[in-house]
Amino acid sequence: MSNRITITAQVNGEKVTRDVEPRQSLVDFLREELELTGSHVGCEHGVCGACTVRLNGEIVRGCLTLAVQADGTEVETVEGLSESGEIADLQDAFLRLNAIQCGFCSPGMLITAAELLDRNPAPDRTQIREFIAGNYCRCTGYQTIVDAIETVAKERRDS
Amino acid sequence: MSDLKSNPVVTIHDRPNSYIGRSVPRPNAKRLLHGRGNFTDDVRLPRMLHSAFLRSPHAHAEIVSIDTSKAEAAPGVIAVVTGKDVAEICEPYVGVLTHLQGMRSPPQYPLAMDRARWQGEPVAAVAAETRAQAEDALELIGIEYSELPAVTDMEAALEADAPRIWDEYDSNLCWERLVDEGDVETALANSAYVAEAEFDFGRHTGVTLEPRSIIADYNSGEGRLTVHHSTQGPHMMQAIIAKAFQLEEHNVRIIAGDVGGAFGIKIHTYGDELACVALSMLLKRPVKFIADRLESFTADIHARDHIIRGRMGVDADGKITAIDYDDITGIGPFSMYPRSSGIEINQVLNLTAGWYDIENYRARGRVVFLNKAMMCQYRAVGHPIAMALGEGLAELAAAGIGMDPLEFRRKNLVPDDAYPCKSVTGMPFEKLSHHATLEKLAAMMDYDGVRAEQAKLRENGIHRGIGFSSMIEVTSPSAMFYGVGGAPISAQDGCTLRLDAKGNVFCAISVTEQGQGAEAIVGQIVATALGVSQDRVRVITGDTDNVPYGGGTWASRGTGIAGEAAVQAGHALRSQILEVAGKMLQAEPDTLDIRDNQVVDAANGAQRLDLAEIGRVAYYRADTLPPDFQAELSATRHFVPKAFPFAFTNGMHASYVEVDERTGIVTPLKHWVVEDCGTVINPMLVDEQVRGGVVQGIGGALYEECLYSDEGQLTNGNMADYLVPMAAEMPDIEVGHLESPMGESELGAKGAGEAGTGGAPAAIMNAVNDALRPLGGQITQHPMTPERVLRALGKL
Amino acid sequence: MKPSPFAYAKPADLAEALRLKADHGDDGTFIAGGQSLVATLNMRLSSPEILIDIGGVAELSGIEVSDGQVRIGALTRHRDLEDSAQIQTHAPLIAEAITQVAHPAIRNRGTIGGSIAFADPAAELPACILALDGAIEIAGADGRRKVAAGDFFKGLYETDLGAGEMITAVEFAADSDDWRTGFDELARRHGDYAMAGLAARLRMDGEAVAEARLVYFAVGDKPMLAAGAGGELTGNSLSPETIEAAAASLDNDLEPFDDLHSSAAMKLHLARELTRRVLTQIAGGAP
Repeated sequence: MSNRITITAQVNGEKVTRDVEPRQSLVDFLREELELTGSHVGCEHGVCGACTVRLNGEIVRGCLTLAVQADGTEVETVEGLSESGEIADLQDAFLRLNAIQCGFCSPGMLITAAELLDRNPAPDRTQIREFIAGNYCRCTGYQTIVDAIETVAKERRDS
Repeated sequence: MSDLKSNPVVTIHDRPNSYIGRSVPRPNAKRLLHGRGNFTDDVRLPRMLHSAFLRSPHAHAEIVSIDTSKAEAAPGVIAVVTGKDVAEICEPYVGVLTHLQGMRSPPQYPLAMDRARWQGEPVAAVAAETRAQAEDALELIGIEYSELPAVTDMEAALEADAPRIWDEYDSNLCWERLVDEGDVETALANSAYVAEAEFDFGRHTGVTLEPRSIIADYNSGEGRLTVHHSTQGPHMMQAIIAKAFQLEEHNVRIIAGDVGGAFGIKIHTYGDELACVALSMLLKRPVKFIADRLESFTADIHARDHIIRGRMGVDADGKITAIDYDDITGIGPFSMYPRSSGIEINQVLNLTAGWYDIENYRARGRVVFLNKAMMCQYRAVGHPIAMALGEGLAELAAAGIGMDPLEFRRKNLVPDDAYPCKSVTGMPFEKLSHHATLEKLAAMMDYDGVRAEQAKLRENGIHRGIGFSSMIEVTSPSAMFYGVGGAPISAQDGCTLRLDAKGNVFCAISVTEQGQGAEAIVGQIVATALGVSQDRVRVITGDTDNVPYGGGTWASRGTGIAGEAAVQAGHALRSQILEVAGKMLQAEPDTLDIRDNQVVDAANGAQRLDLAEIGRVAYYRADTLPPDFQAELSATRHFVPKAFPFAFTNGMHASYVEVDERTGIVTPLKHWVVEDCGTVINPMLVDEQVRGGVVQGIGGALYEECLYSDEGQLTNGNMADYLVPMAAEMPDIEVGHLESPMGESELGAKGAGEAGTGGAPAAIMNAVNDALRPLGGQITQHPMTPERVLRALGKL
Repeated sequence: MKPSPFAYAKPADLAEALRLKADHGDDGTFIAGGQSLVATLNMRLSSPEILIDIGGVAELSGIEVSDGQVRIGALTRHRDLEDSAQIQTHAPLIAEAITQVAHPAIRNRGTIGGSIAFADPAAELPACILALDGAIEIAGADGRRKVAAGDFFKGLYETDLGAGEMITAVEFAADSDDWRTGFDELARRHGDYAMAGLAARLRMDGEAVAEARLVYFAVGDKPMLAAGAGGELTGNSLSPETIEAAAASLDNDLEPFDDLHSSAAMKLHLARELTRRVLTQIAGGAP
């Protein structure tokens, strides 16, 4: 009854063709099918943000997007953004300022921070907090995450 | 105690190029930022199956019949098991500690047997090729239930005519404990003022972002079980699983890889996890279970469901005369194994107001079985309640006699020169710093300035409040905590160090990492003790095949206990290295030192040998060493605290909030914490532990609550309706430190992981009441939702 | 939380989409952004046999402004509304409300058509469309029809959409210079569904209010146009007295019910408070 559907997508710059069950979420596809386990599953109803990835350049919830809906799109995960170096300054700031503890929220948090700085290169702390308000972190107090994003925004503006 | 054979004056506190007290980044955090973590769900094993659980929809029901035939035939399904199937290979367990006298709880099996006793209790399990197929099969299992009356109100549950959950017990009482010191009645009668309140704490839960995760892999070829487990206590789980399945412990290997947050949620024994092990043993294949978010809400442990009626008397000078309270807590239908569901209330009874000089103390604590999710230890176990109770009454008393709340603390906190001493409940304190902490906090927050700002804004109808919580915290427990009660939980930890052939250091430590930085701390300590740079030290944790026997990470014990083992192992390996160097250089070892990865002359720092040279000679050119000398470059040391049952720390919180009296919304504006956890290894890591703990405390104070219907149905078990703190509502949190070292260890470090959660709810509640007081309102129910605040103000 | 199995089809155009829906009836569900639907599928609250993905139907996209009319295609994402200069200019109410809708990752996928069709009583966009006195354009096997927003939202998650029908666009008049708008909601956390919310539009005639559309959300089973409260303002200037009268009259306009987070009494109380804040802000005073 649920026939598999063939999809083709650019994942982290690599062309990928697979047959998927329509009901498989994008994040499960990335994790199970492509073994890109950097994106995490935290709630499967779009609230916690652990599954946040990029689809056609914009952040989406990997748990609320079906893999079949990624057909013909460009998908980027934390692995791809790490290898390209696009989020290197964010990763460095997170490390220096201790904006990470267990690391489960971090890929989603980094990708979300990257989109914030694309849209608003000079956010104040309130704007940063509001933009990441859809990314749950249970370990840190969010403060160092805000510090790290604020620091990178300033470093990018200064350079 | 310390192994300082070769150089008696070297301690961890006088090493050159020391990492003690340095805020260096965590070496293992980089790969996590790259998405290269190794969480349990990231692990794939050949022929691995996925399990899912059918859970009781009823809070209390007879299980009349179960028909698994259709499910067994479903696509991808390999096996379907029920309680009886698992009970055939798994011993039941009892969540009772013998030193909590009178505690009772019946034996518990991984899956429900004749009855389901909470909504969410696992009743049947499916193992299939994919999780989706397993869930499809769950829908095909036919279970007939016959509903029974659900016991859901903890006070009604103790009434004579209440339905009993357990036929074999005469009531729904699990445990009761009484404390009665001094003469409370007389002291209260003679008090100038008695503050009185009922405190209600909402049941809440941990919501670790990485849900509970386990892969059980039984290899029938060698009769060995390997379990990949997102757990805080690998050795504890090894003992528990071995016992449950009658395996020898050395044939059970627990591997805790990366753990996505734990907070005590992952220190307990869960029926669904044991059932997953059972499936692997039955099927002789790896079986994975990842708790999804919805099932986590009723399957993870809950905590902190208490109703407390309390009084605190003060004399005319503001000195506390007595404290008296009655605490009831409603747990699940069983006491949780192995740590018991009595420890939380036991901490309340032991710790409340223990930061004050009080002689008259009376308390009753009762633990009640309910048909709700199981309850057990969750970050800061009992402390948030003890602080809110003690500090809530304190600020009510201070307000009652018109005394400034800081002045009240100055009058009543145990003096800084009173140590060692004991609380009236018998808690022994080695050395705390309540007064110095208070003064530091007052300065840090500019108390007078904040008060002035509050007064000015009040004139414009803006209502801000300032609230405090002093606190004490249990850390680094000795064997008096669990071992004495019969639980297979080790209070000691060990560290193995080895210099390898290239002069790098391998370190295996028996505590686990959940993000707090245990690996980094141990690496810093080892690097300091040896005299190497941190990047030369590789720390591994979490694998019972590869680390010394230990207790794992809970009760803020990692730095204090494992840290000390690392210190001693570091000294020992340093001695060994210098002994080899001495032979190579024909010098006395005590004229040498190791600094910056080099063996040097201790007197002037002149470099003599690279550590790589030591490795090369010891491992490849032993022919160049004296014939009667065997180079040893590996040392293991263990440490267990014995002098005190706990390494108490102290701290103080201040909260500054704004209450919108028209909407009831409470906005935390700023939060300050001064924490004295003894020697601080990495201030940056401690600060974030405190901050994360404060935010969790804010969650319990303002947002988090498991909302149960009268029929025992959890009505808000999802992330949209169960409200966890998110970034937009949280304040900036400033953290300061004092250091009163633990005397028994050379390192002197105590624990710091839970202090944020312990004191924050009390401080916020006190701040809200400080804001509401001029408006005539008072609130002592957590969480302080907007509606409850408006009702407290009489607006609804 | 994996969904029950379903088939998937992605029609190329509207006609094919409607045909597929007609073929499958109740066993087929349209999916656009999926931000509400996929969550319910993951929780197995619904188990359709086939999802019909309308994401590729080009004619459902686009924001057009012509002859004083704004037309928003059903597939327009919240993100598109947020970034649209046209919406900023011609529908400032939506521009203000849209930043309160969930979180950026949700707004990048969620659509206005999906929000209107799902009709969560606590959602922002249905309230805005009602405040804008808009119309919902619907396509079905029998052709197209338009329904006034006031007639479209009927009850709890209940709309005028019939079996086999799909929203194609939302239309409303662009704000002329005499309209003032204000929006506010009270939620436990940023991005949460509101405990109570108000989308307000007032047409001014000098200092007097000529027309008032006060639409409250999260205080009933659908967005509520408070005629009585609006009536207190009509013909009057915005003063603390008239604002208070409007707030007080809400007892007659609104019949909230208890939900998990707020009682009916609380919702009414917050609705009155929002009335004061939003109207005071529109009047130019401190909010």
